[in-house]
Amino acid sequence: MAQFDTNSIFLFISAGIVIAFVVCQAVFFLVKAWKRARELGISEDVLKRVVKGSVVFTLAPAVSIILGVITLSKFLGLPLPWVRLSVLGALTYELPAATTAANALGVSVSNRITDPATYSTIAWVMTLGIMSGLIIITFFSKKIHTGLDRIQGKDKKWGEIFNTSLFMGMISAFLGMIFSNIRAGLVGWIPVFIMIISSIIMLICGYFIKVHKVKWLEDYALSISMIMSMIISIPITNLIQ
Amino acid sequence: MLTKTKPYSEKIHSWGRIWGIGAILIFIFYPLAVSVYYSAWPELGPFLKGLLGVAPVFWIVGAIEAFTYAPMLGAGGAYLGFVTGNLTNLKVPCAINAMALAKVKSGTEEGEVISTISIAVSSITTMVIIFLGVLLLAPLQPILESELLAPAFDNILPALFGGLAVVFVSRNWKIALAPLIFMLVIFISFPALASSVSIMVPVGVIIAISVSRILYKKSYL
Repeated sequence: MAQFDTNSIFLFISAGIVIAFVVCQAVFFLVKAWKRARELGISEDVLKRVVKGSVVFTLAPAVSIILGVITLSKFLGLPLPWVRLSVLGALTYELPAATTAANALGVSVSNRITDPATYSTIAWVMTLGIMSGLIIITFFSKKIHTGLDRIQGKDKKWGEIFNTSLFMGMISAFLGMIFSNIRAGLVGWIPVFIMIISSIIMLICGYFIKVHKVKWLEDYALSISMIMSMIISIPITNLIQ
Repeated sequence: MLTKTKPYSEKIHSWGRIWGIGAILIFIFYPLAVSVYYSAWPELGPFLKGLLGVAPVFWIVGAIEAFTYAPMLGAGGAYLGFVTGNLTNLKVPCAINAMALAKVKSGTEEGEVISTISIAVSSITTMVIIFLGVLLLAPLQPILESELLAPAFDNILPALFGGLAVVFVSRNWKIALAPLIFMLVIFISFPALASSVSIMVPVGVIIAISVSRILYKKSYL
């Protein structure tokens, strides 16, 4: 049996293979969708703006994902958190999944794993524990979309409202969550203040886009409001705490 | 065999299914490779206990996400988004934002290709950044884990949803009002629910769809 190290070359290569596959998939879909977009008459200029806007928007959340990799790496080494957080899962899933698996094995999450069986059990649990979304999409997405097309085919306007309602339902759950700690006093209001600040920055961007015709701002307004309000959260938190 | 004559909306499902099956297999490859290479197979007891600790909740969350996000992201966006993950905190807002800036609507083919492009770009960017993070871990770790930056990362969701809300809730306030009030009451009354916000998403969706159906029938929308 090979000597076990959570940061072994073998594990890095295995993780690299998984990530390389997903990068190929992303490139494949990018190329196909790009071609189709051009066929549909969407200009190259608009597509480039979408690319730039999406890259900038991704920066802050992606950096926060690195933080998740660091947290998990203290216990699992780097390759497993690297692969788990680059694909499929989410920040909110991987830590509880790893912790639950570790608890079931009776090991602590504060020490680096040395036993390969423990490591493999945790890797299996983290992988299989979140497969449902991918399985449903892979095998039933066509059915879901055919159903939606039927709704839209019958009544186009209602189809649009239906789609908007899905998004409004989702956003309202997250907006509600931001208020969940307000009964804990002023500290619990911090997320609410940050949300309000982010909204105000967005409104200011909107003002410059609409009134002063600052066109480029349109592509980055959401990223700017997110990153600036994250920065402002630092003095606000220090002031309140 | 795929032929040139098949429309994009058909072909996307074939591609999505092939890549999806490939992704499921390759994700299983990692733990499988570990087990084979180190001859370290999980013991059934702890494995099942661990799996039962996460799977019931997260399989439900995954199923909910599939049905909620698939229509928003379109077929191509959903196939890719569900492989690359981090949907709520990244891919879904990114796609919605991209569709808004390209002035296309979700649910149309134009919306779908824009959503797919933005999710592909966001996924590649995320993988590059995490790769750089892993490479540069030693110098980055003290900065990212510093107490100074902690509030910024703690507040990423309010920072994101504040900006999104201004744009989209103001445009659709009639649809958003009822689920929003409901969620405020629920989360303020039961703060512990914050950790299972994904479970509350379909509740919000059902309220939003019911209210908009009524408003639509009465010609208020």
